[in-house]
Amino acid sequence: MTKDLVCIVCPVGCRLTIEKDDTAENGYRITGNTCKRGINYAIEEMTHPTRMVPTTVKIEQAFLKRLPVRTDRPIDKKLIFEAMKVINDFTCIAPIKMGDVLIENILGTEVNIIATRSMDKV
Amino acid sequence: MKKYDIVVIGGGPAGLAAAIEAKKEGIDQILVIERDRELGGILQQCIHNGFGLHVFKEELTGPEYAERFINELRSLGIDYVLDTMVLEITEDRTVHCVSSADGYRIIESQAVILAMGCRERTRGAIAIPGYRPAGVFNAGTAQRYMNMEGYMVGKKVVILGSGDIGLIMARRMTLEGAQVMAVAELMPFSGGLTRNIVQCLDDYDIPLLLSHTITKIEGKNRVEAVTVQAVDENLKPIEGTERVYECDTLLLSVGLIPENELSRSAGVAIDNATKGPIVNESMETSVEGIFACGNVVHVHDLVDFVTEESRRAGKAAAKYVKQEMATSMAILETKAQEGIGYIVPQRIRMENVGEQLPLLMRVRNVYHKAELSVKIDGVEVKRLKKAHLAPGEMERIDLPKALIEAHLGKYISVEVVKEA
Ligand SMILES: Cc1cc2nc3c(=O)[nH]c(=O)nc-3n(C[C@H](O)[C@H](O)[C@H](O)COP(=O)(O)OP(=O)(O)OC[C@H]3O[C@@H](n4cnc5c(N)ncnc54)[C@H](O)[C@@H]3O)c2cc1C
Ligand code: SF4
Repeated sequence: MTKDLVCIVCPVGCRLTIEKDDTAENGYRITGNTCKRGINYAIEEMTHPTRMVPTTVKIEQAFLKRLPVRTDRPIDKKLIFEAMKVINDFTCIAPIKMGDVLIENILGTEVNIIATRSMDKV
Repeated sequence: MKKYDIVVIGGGPAGLAAAIEAKKEGIDQILVIERDRELGGILQQCIHNGFGLHVFKEELTGPEYAERFINELRSLGIDYVLDTMVLEITEDRTVHCVSSADGYRIIESQAVILAMGCRERTRGAIAIPGYRPAGVFNAGTAQRYMNMEGYMVGKKVVILGSGDIGLIMARRMTLEGAQVMAVAELMPFSGGLTRNIVQCLDDYDIPLLLSHTITKIEGKNRVEAVTVQAVDENLKPIEGTERVYECDTLLLSVGLIPENELSRSAGVAIDNATKGPIVNESMETSVEGIFACGNVVHVHDLVDFVTEESRRAGKAAAKYVKQEMATSMAILETKAQEGIGYIVPQRIRMENVGEQLPLLMRVRNVYHKAELSVKIDGVEVKRLKKAHLAPGEMERIDLPKALIEAHLGKYISVEVVKEA
């Protein structure tokens, strides 16, 4: 069975096809990718899809009420909404530096939630 | 009155990159003027990832991308003012601005770089019949409310327009617990990046209704429902296809327009196709010494391209201040032909072209397996195969200087050639 996918690793958005192929080293035959990252993406998408999650957390004592954050690496797609619950229950206090780890090892996934900008205390 | 070498208007990614590049070229007296309370422009509200793959070879969010440039600007000691609105620029490069801290100021500069970005098309521009209740937002405004101010704009949402902002907001609202019922798109194709359709709509089973529009908004105080209707090939609503969606919020993502009131005040000629200044190879406008870059010139979907273009503008402005710019009379023009919406730059002086001349353009339609044909005075000089072309994805062609010189003519044209 072949499956059509769009690679979302970069904005080029290559259209990929993936097919099981037991003679191939990685077990699949993939076409349409421009670079190697497309191959990894296609295999992951078939086996355990993951996504980056950018969102915000509450922040106190800063000039804005929300601080942008993201997962420091893609997280299991099935866990996104559960992770959002944890993130929305979290509040941090300024000052924050870009890259600060705010929530460690979310849901035991080894993925951390990091700040994507700095915010001074006001 | 302080006199600057270069005044940059707008502290978004375009203004930041231009100022930094000019400084690196040895220009000392540079001032960046920003009307907002901080630098970074629109990037500060674009908290999603997808920025920087070309420039940093890393995938960053908007605020991360902005902060890297803000840090660099600060470390180079470039002056900037915040909460300061530029009101007028004159042809002789005098900049009039106002702020509550400093009042009304007039600043003279040898060169000016326009980097004011763009603004969202408002609902008036697309006229939907019905009431005008609360709950109708431009997608970018809603993005700012949610990501910076922390206001959730609604619970049951319909989105009109499938540009990137609309797609990104569909996912954003879903993640925050809203129900996004549908994204309606007037055209038979989406104006957004394919990856955003996949990761923002398909991932959450949000339907994308192509060739559909919104024909009615109901609700007196707050939106209660909208009517979605299919359109025919002339974009006219088809009777009998009406579907009512109960919702409390309508987001409009119906495009961006370069913000050029200031450019006009300075007498800068505007291109009807891009809605931005007509620029030459050095990103200089029709007024000598006034340069422009970023979304004020043409709407970009990738900030990386904004950075690259703005670096060229900053470098050229520095060259102008140092009086190293060749002001040739021999000018080549670019012409958007079959299938091409526009080309930037519009005018080219070969003396100022480096090894490659970058041409940025958008196609008018979606094409599969097509080719881009570049001609000089009607003679083909280059042909590029393209598996996929779409209006939502900007195309870039680098033409080697030697190739242009070998065919020196009056105009360079690009057209789409469909596969036979
Ligand atoms: C909602 C949205 C989502 C996007 N998503 C992506 C993405 O996922 N990936 C990607 O690569 N790109 C994305 N982009 C594109 C990219 O962010 C923009 O192309 C880029 O920010 C444009 O930079 P700019 O500096 O030209 O404009 P802006 O960022 O808009 O900056 C212009 C600045 O000028 C200031 N200004 C305007 N007028 C005046 C005045 N009169 N006086 C003083 N200051 C003034 C404004 O306040 C603003 O700060 C997105 C754009 C938008 C709008
Ligand atoms: S295959 Fe490579 S070039 Fe194509 S979209 Fe994926 S990452 Fe980008």
